[in-house]
Amino acid sequence: MLVPIDWLKEYTDIKVDVDLFCERMIMSGSNIETVERYGEGIENVVVGRIVDIEKHPDADKLLVTQIDIGEEALLQIVTGATNIFEGAYVPVVLHGGKLPGDKVIKKGRLRGVESNGMLCSPGELGFEDKVIPVALKDGIWILDKEYPLGQDIVEALGLKNSVVDFEITPNRPDCLSMIGMGREAAATFGGTLKYPETECQKEEGKAKDYIEIEIKKPELCRRYVGRIVKDVKIEQSPWWLQKRLIYSGMRPINNIVDITNYVMLEYGQPIHAFDIRDIADSKIIVDTAEEGEVFTTLDGTERKLTGNMLLIKDGKRGVAIAGVMGGLNSEIKEDTATILIEAANFSGDSIRATSKKLALRTEASSRFEKGIDPNLCETAADRVCKLIELLGAGTVIKGAVDVYPTKLDNDAVTVRIDRINNILGTDLSGKEMEEILESLEMGVSRLGNTMKVTPPTIRQDLQEEIDIVEEIARIYGYDKLPVTLPKGNAEAKKSRERSLRDRARELMTAMGANEIQTYSFVSPKGVDNVRIDEDSWERNFVRLINPLGEENSVMRTILTPNMMEVLGRNYSRNISSVKAFEIGNTFFKNLDEEVALPDERDSMAIGCYGEGESFFTLKGMLEELFASLGIRGTVYVPESDYGVYHPGRCARINYKDTELGIMGEVHPDVAEKYGIGTRVYCCELAFDQVIRHADTTKFYKPLPKYPAISRDIALLVKEEVYVAEIESIIKEIGGKLLESVSLFDVYRGKQVQEGRKSAAFALKYRAADRTLTDEEVVKVHQKVLDALKEKLDAVLREM
Amino acid sequence: MQSQLMKILQEAKEQLQMASSILEAEDIRVKVLGKKGQLTEILRSMGSLSPDERKDFGKAANNVRAEIESLLEETFTAMKEHQKADKFIKEKIDVTEPGTKINLGVKHPITITIDEISRIFMSMGFSIAEGPEVETVFNNFDALNAPKNHPSRDMTDTFYITENTLLRTQTSPVQARTLMKENPPIKIISPGRCFRCDTADATHSPMFHQVEGLNVDEGITMADLKGTLNSFAKQLFGSRVKTKFRPHYFPFTEPSAEMDVSCFKCGGAGCRFCKGSGWIEILGCGMVHPNVLKVGHVDTEKYTGFAFGMGVERIALLKYEIDDIRLLYENDMRFIQQFK
Repeated sequence: MLVPIDWLKEYTDIKVDVDLFCERMIMSGSNIETVERYGEGIENVVVGRIVDIEKHPDADKLLVTQIDIGEEALLQIVTGATNIFEGAYVPVVLHGGKLPGDKVIKKGRLRGVESNGMLCSPGELGFEDKVIPVALKDGIWILDKEYPLGQDIVEALGLKNSVVDFEITPNRPDCLSMIGMGREAAATFGGTLKYPETECQKEEGKAKDYIEIEIKKPELCRRYVGRIVKDVKIEQSPWWLQKRLIYSGMRPINNIVDITNYVMLEYGQPIHAFDIRDIADSKIIVDTAEEGEVFTTLDGTERKLTGNMLLIKDGKRGVAIAGVMGGLNSEIKEDTATILIEAANFSGDSIRATSKKLALRTEASSRFEKGIDPNLCETAADRVCKLIELLGAGTVIKGAVDVYPTKLDNDAVTVRIDRINNILGTDLSGKEMEEILESLEMGVSRLGNTMKVTPPTIRQDLQEEIDIVEEIARIYGYDKLPVTLPKGNAEAKKSRERSLRDRARELMTAMGANEIQTYSFVSPKGVDNVRIDEDSWERNFVRLINPLGEENSVMRTILTPNMMEVLGRNYSRNISSVKAFEIGNTFFKNLDEEVALPDERDSMAIGCYGEGESFFTLKGMLEELFASLGIRGTVYVPESDYGVYHPGRCARINYKDTELGIMGEVHPDVAEKYGIGTRVYCCELAFDQVIRHADTTKFYKPLPKYPAISRDIALLVKEEVYVAEIESIIKEIGGKLLESVSLFDVYRGKQVQEGRKSAAFALKYRAADRTLTDEEVVKVHQKVLDALKEKLDAVLREM
Repeated sequence: MQSQLMKILQEAKEQLQMASSILEAEDIRVKVLGKKGQLTEILRSMGSLSPDERKDFGKAANNVRAEIESLLEETFTAMKEHQKADKFIKEKIDVTEPGTKINLGVKHPITITIDEISRIFMSMGFSIAEGPEVETVFNNFDALNAPKNHPSRDMTDTFYITENTLLRTQTSPVQARTLMKENPPIKIISPGRCFRCDTADATHSPMFHQVEGLNVDEGITMADLKGTLNSFAKQLFGSRVKTKFRPHYFPFTEPSAEMDVSCFKCGGAGCRFCKGSGWIEILGCGMVHPNVLKVGHVDTEKYTGFAFGMGVERIALLKYEIDDIRLLYENDMRFIQQFK
């Protein structure tokens, strides 16, 4: 809401400068977006009268003018303007004069003819195109009347003005008006609010003789006020009125349209004017449109209406889309003589729906949408008449036709003084509260601890005690409220899930992986790119109805495609090695989708490529991660049929009865899809399952007191034998005395027969309660070797 | 015999002076003091002396032995030192060469920011609560007192999954969930992802993060809200920042406010981060609207509460001077590594 300060001063005294004004208004609840200062940077621009215009001797498109600026000599100025005439009053920039934007004008010669300055347009004086009257849009500013020649233009036209752009929150439609902002300013600065004149001096006849009004849909139109003005003279508005519209962001059109706009800005009540000649049967009927009815609005557009749109009709047809835009068939024309002024109150929901369906949002519709006080209609219509009288734009007909089936009265709100203080943490007296509320034009009757507060009907947002609390708080000043801390004691808790996610992030970063965060909504193509099977669960997406685009149209079921995308992006940026992880939600459809929310499950992806990375470095990370989360004894089962991975380098990770995830070297086709020209390793963990099995309780085990005996063995086995099988036999047979077994080398080559490999293990035997004897170790170790020979045909190789 | 002793001593001295390595010195030791050494030999031949003479001679021989031993000790020490000095010269390295890389991974700046915010609120007794990213329309809007026709409910603003479910537009539904599930006192914060129909550009992202807070208890006042958030701001941005609470409107709180902090970049003098105003808007807050408390069947006469919510990206962008929000979701390793 653009508020020119000069205009605001009509309604209340503002004695402070603009900066302080803004600061205090912000603190009382009227937030400010920007402050525009007009009329600054203009120097040596004066009022001039064009005395003579002649053609430029050497240029078809230039004119040579003689300007009277109130000095003895006339000023010769060459111009390219086409809208000037002799006798016109215009702004003249003198030699050395300045225009906004640090533009300096100097005298010179144009095609050989001396030019001692410049005639200027409204745009050159700092006004935006959209507010400049059409007649002046592409030309020199022809002033509206005779001003003293040579007078400074800023002074003559009153161009110095600050315009404050207030951010009006949706609960305060009353502030979308000058009077509304005046009320806020009055309460903020302790002044009084002055209302504008609405009573005409001279009125004739009776409005009833001109128009009959009927509301057929009282649920959508609470009130309709019609007033009549005859002998209308359509002219330009005086500059003072134009200026207020311009500074408020509206383009002046003609006196009648300008007045309706002026009153809309002043009261927040949209006004429409009809040419009464075009109103058939002198009848206005507020009804809904016929389904499919075509109606031409005054912007010349044909619009197809639906059966629930409010339409203002006359005896025969539609004449305006209620609250949105008037009809071309009844608009004000140059020769309009008698007008019907409409000040009506339409349902915000209905107007919003109509405006949205027609994709037509106007100043009027946006105000109706937010809600307007029906009690404003009559006053606003009266104000229009008063301004018409003031401008001599017509003769006002006496009385109004006012259809107002159910008058809106505001109910009193009962509030408790101690309750208000208890919420705010203050110690205000009833009297202080009363004064604050009265400054906002509320009626207050106080009895002991309670107050009955009656807000004005423009404040439909004030319905409950808590609404009154806010009014008191903001006018008293949030900055004056005490600063305390809550008294209660509370213990800060974190869920097991969150703690474990945090722990996993710590562990992963400690192992050198960087955390990434990617969108929860993804492209359904991601699963294609990572070669997920046609009918697998990963494709059963939760879909968005209204995505921004296909690339964000489904909720992710796995993190791997996002991980690959990030790896691909980094690879394309020549980052030679990457180790990254993400922990985030994945989404799964619920059967009864209409009611139930999708299942959201924690997932974790790890991805890496670059020198030194291998299947086993990734596996090593996982093993360390699981160990640190207390998950010991995971089993890696070879998997050759999961599209994402290399068929010979992929494993499912099982623990007890659960699959914790899958890992492997990414299939070269997948890597290629993401533009990665090197081996990539990836895994995806069902992190909710990791959380389920994690056990971070720790117990101390005594350090060994007795020495261990080590035995290193190298076993020749068939290529197909998995290391895990060998280990499991060693562990089984080694029993209690075997403290640990670890693979330290796998060898294929010269000394080893084709189709076989040599796997070397270090075994450590120890007893907790005694020093083991050689005989004991030999006995158990031999058993281990025998078992390996028997079960796996593993032969001991000379070390 | 005495002269023999002196000779041995003299010879040993001379030889030791000549010795150029530990090995040579050791040879000398063996030759003089060893089992078959000169001194041992001479002591063996002592039997021919009278007891008195023997006593004197023994004493003299021991003196000579002690002297040679101490000479040997000195020689050995000097030689070892010399050897060490040699070794040090040979082993000199260029200490200006770079260290061997140990790559510590880095958490995403959004995680870092959320962790930091969480740590501060946990120190003030707030627990962490979480809720789903896909929410019901009821939890996201209705329960939070949002007007039925509020534009934020439109398909142009909110992503919908079905008519009744959506991608949450704020973390506030966790407030509603907590109020419905638990009884006061409630003291939680809730960090998480949110979604709005904004096309990604330098300042917008269709997915972003918020941290929501809620404290409902007997006797909670707006002064408590100011105190809590004031303390938070000082802990997050430094003890010198000041806070300013401006009236604002949110459907789920009343009275509502926005909190500005004095610009922690320029100290309030005005710079590009605060757009010259000296203040930076950080969060929205207010006293929980009774209609919201009623959704959780909280006795609004007995309990009051405050709530607040802040955008994590906004704080991260300001704190780290990141000029394009999209950088956060590109996940360029060179970007993330900067937050080490």
